[in-house]
Amino acid sequence: MKLPAPNALLGGLLIGVLLLVALTGAVWTPYDPLQLSFRAKLAAPSAMHWLGTDEFGRDVLSRLMAGAATSVWISLLTVTLAVTLGTVIGVFSGYLRGWFDRIVMAFNDALLAFPGILLALGLLAVVGANKYGIIVALGIAYAPSVARIVRGTVLSLREREYIAASRVMGNSEGFTMARHILPNCIAPLTVLATSMFGYVLLAESALSFLGLGVPPPAPTWGNMLAGSRPYIGQAVWLGIFPGLCISLTLLGINLLGDAVRDKLDPRMRGM
Amino acid sequence: MASSETLLRVDDLTLEIGSTGKRVVNGVTFSVSPGEIVGIVGESGSGKTLAARALMGFVPPAVRRVAGSIRFEGQEVTTMEPKQLRAMRGSRVGMVFQEPMTSLNPSMLIGRQLDEGLALHRKLSASERKELILDMLRRVGIRDPEGALTSYPHQFSGGMRQRIMLASVMLLKPALLIADEPTTALDAVVQRDVLELMVDLTKANNTAVLMISHDLGMIARYSDRAIVMCQGDVVEQGRTEELLARPKHPYTRKLLAAMPHRGPARALPEAGTPIVSVRDLVIDYGGRQGFFRKEAPKRALHGISLDVAPGQVVAVVGGSGSGKTTLGHAIAGLIKPTSGEIRFQGKPIDKSETAYWDYRLNCQMVFQDPYSSLDPRMTIGDLVAEPLRLVPGMTAAQKAARLQEVLAEVGLADGFASRYPHELSGGQRQRIAIARAVVRRPKFVIADEPVSALDVTVRAQVLELFAELQRKHGFSCLFISHDLGVVEQVADRVVVMNEGRIVEEGTRDAIFDRPQHAYTRKLLSAVPGLETAPDGGVRLFWRLVDETEAALA
Repeated sequence: MKLPAPNALLGGLLIGVLLLVALTGAVWTPYDPLQLSFRAKLAAPSAMHWLGTDEFGRDVLSRLMAGAATSVWISLLTVTLAVTLGTVIGVFSGYLRGWFDRIVMAFNDALLAFPGILLALGLLAVVGANKYGIIVALGIAYAPSVARIVRGTVLSLREREYIAASRVMGNSEGFTMARHILPNCIAPLTVLATSMFGYVLLAESALSFLGLGVPPPAPTWGNMLAGSRPYIGQAVWLGIFPGLCISLTLLGINLLGDAVRDKLDPRMRGM
Repeated sequence: MASSETLLRVDDLTLEIGSTGKRVVNGVTFSVSPGEIVGIVGESGSGKTLAARALMGFVPPAVRRVAGSIRFEGQEVTTMEPKQLRAMRGSRVGMVFQEPMTSLNPSMLIGRQLDEGLALHRKLSASERKELILDMLRRVGIRDPEGALTSYPHQFSGGMRQRIMLASVMLLKPALLIADEPTTALDAVVQRDVLELMVDLTKANNTAVLMISHDLGMIARYSDRAIVMCQGDVVEQGRTEELLARPKHPYTRKLLAAMPHRGPARALPEAGTPIVSVRDLVIDYGGRQGFFRKEAPKRALHGISLDVAPGQVVAVVGGSGSGKTTLGHAIAGLIKPTSGEIRFQGKPIDKSETAYWDYRLNCQMVFQDPYSSLDPRMTIGDLVAEPLRLVPGMTAAQKAARLQEVLAEVGLADGFASRYPHELSGGQRQRIAIARAVVRRPKFVIADEPVSALDVTVRAQVLELFAELQRKHGFSCLFISHDLGVVEQVADRVVVMNEGRIVEEGTRDAIFDRPQHAYTRKLLSAVPGLETAPDGGVRLFWRLVDETEAALA
């Protein structure tokens, strides 16, 4: 057994640390993330508060740890929802073609014409602004782009001779889709899902910033980043640490995503 | 040969892949005299293309020249400055590439493309150049040369593009023309026309030709001398007739033996209902349908009727666009007929019929491209076993036993089941595709150009395997091919198609020895026949030569 590639190792390490922090944050944090302390407001990083405190004197490290669970959980569920929804639509559309494809894709393109965040805002107004509202709204907002890409992949796959071979064998359309089309879509899907994870993390923070995200005082990386804006001059650590968390998470997910894609592709084995 | 008469002299040319040190061209030595046609034959990986490209200084960056010299018109090419090389390319050495679809710039007018080389290498006025270009286009048989100047490449067929490519190279009257598989992408009749034209044009200008091909028949027909390459080495070279008649090296013998040849006609069980019977089959391809417009459909098949008797191999031959593949797909149930009827063992193949499953289980297909017909994410074992999933009443143990049996039949038993398609060579993949088609022991197999993507010796092995399986299991077969040589080897009966119609059909011997229809005759005249001499050599002969010569004159 040879060592995995350094990229995969670094990605795995980052995501491992993230999961550890998120799990720890759910049961224990150095301070109560909601505990106000007006004596220590906007304190710089020190031995007492490793990453400093915010405008209400809440410990930034504790809030980051508690927020990790919320942010990662929201992003993961949202990406899963968007990818599942988009893949189902894309595979059916691309494989079945005909009127089904035309109607679904016309609707899909209409959704794509809206900026994702605007669409999510509208949906949030309907489903309500809370954790699960965000997941549903962002999931629906991001599904059309997945559907587009999956459909394109399926269109080229369905002309391959192995799809014709499957039909000549007598396999049903459903079996052909599940056995031959879907597994061959995995490569573009992993790339898409990992990059989408980043967008969703940012979108969640944007929604939080607009006051439609996870309602305060509960911490998420997004609303911490958003909340740091007025204090950027006096307390730069307020913005830097949540930003760093988001960046490192994205880096980890992207590296790990590439490694997973290569692992799942038999053509890349032994290289 | 005196050195003053030698146009090109390659001495001990050795090329390596820089990173691995693998020798891809190994001490190659040969020479070309002015006006001579020299053929290089070899299979993929023989280094023939790399050797030829090195002559023009066109070697991929990964490849390094380790030793050897190339002298062209007395000058050493390997040490030339880039400027000298550029002056030589095009002007003194021309090159025609394999793929006419990509060798012309799609976004440039034909006139501009032809003018490019002339403007660069000759000091002529614009009107003189235009005169020369029009002359040359007329010479290569473009119907409306004036119009062609202001057309784009996509407006021409593959054959016409290769003519234009040839025109653009010959405009500069080079001393040497390198033709790398110039007609591999074209069908037999067009191939012949383009090659005849190339030979005529180069003879007229006393241009020497270095013709690179995997097709021994083509080299045999047009070259004065031939060089046989195998894995980077020149294994044999000499006068073409001599080489064919008395091959010395075992590899040359192997190549010659791999050329398709006719066996004795088989006795055929004619009786019984035909296994497949097609009546008045018409297929229209629907034009593009948008929301607001509907283009008129294009008719691909104009009323085809055809019977395949049990145990027979029926070959369907025709050029590209003849509808032969469409016919195969319709019989396989991949395309719905517009009108007409297809019956399998006397029963219609409609999905609503109870006989449908009998048809579906017993009619299988082998596809053309072994690279796209196998799902890259499945192991060989899964791929070959997949058709068994739908066979009623087979236990898992029986299926596993059948899988082993079939893998052994195609010669890929040991340890291949757990591998993936990309780990296999083209020939091995096609064996897997054949294994998948016969694993259910079907009564009828459609083979759509099953060997056209394979090298000569691999092709011979796969054809042999196919014939052996056919003898053993007795399935009927519809064998679709554009290659008459292959057809002559495998078919019991031959159906000739042209433009969506059957123009002639009959037993193999009748079609090959007494062709009636003009199109059949044209097809036959484009491929060589083969007589094996007792000492392992072969003699090629051309069918209906007088007639085609008369037609060309």
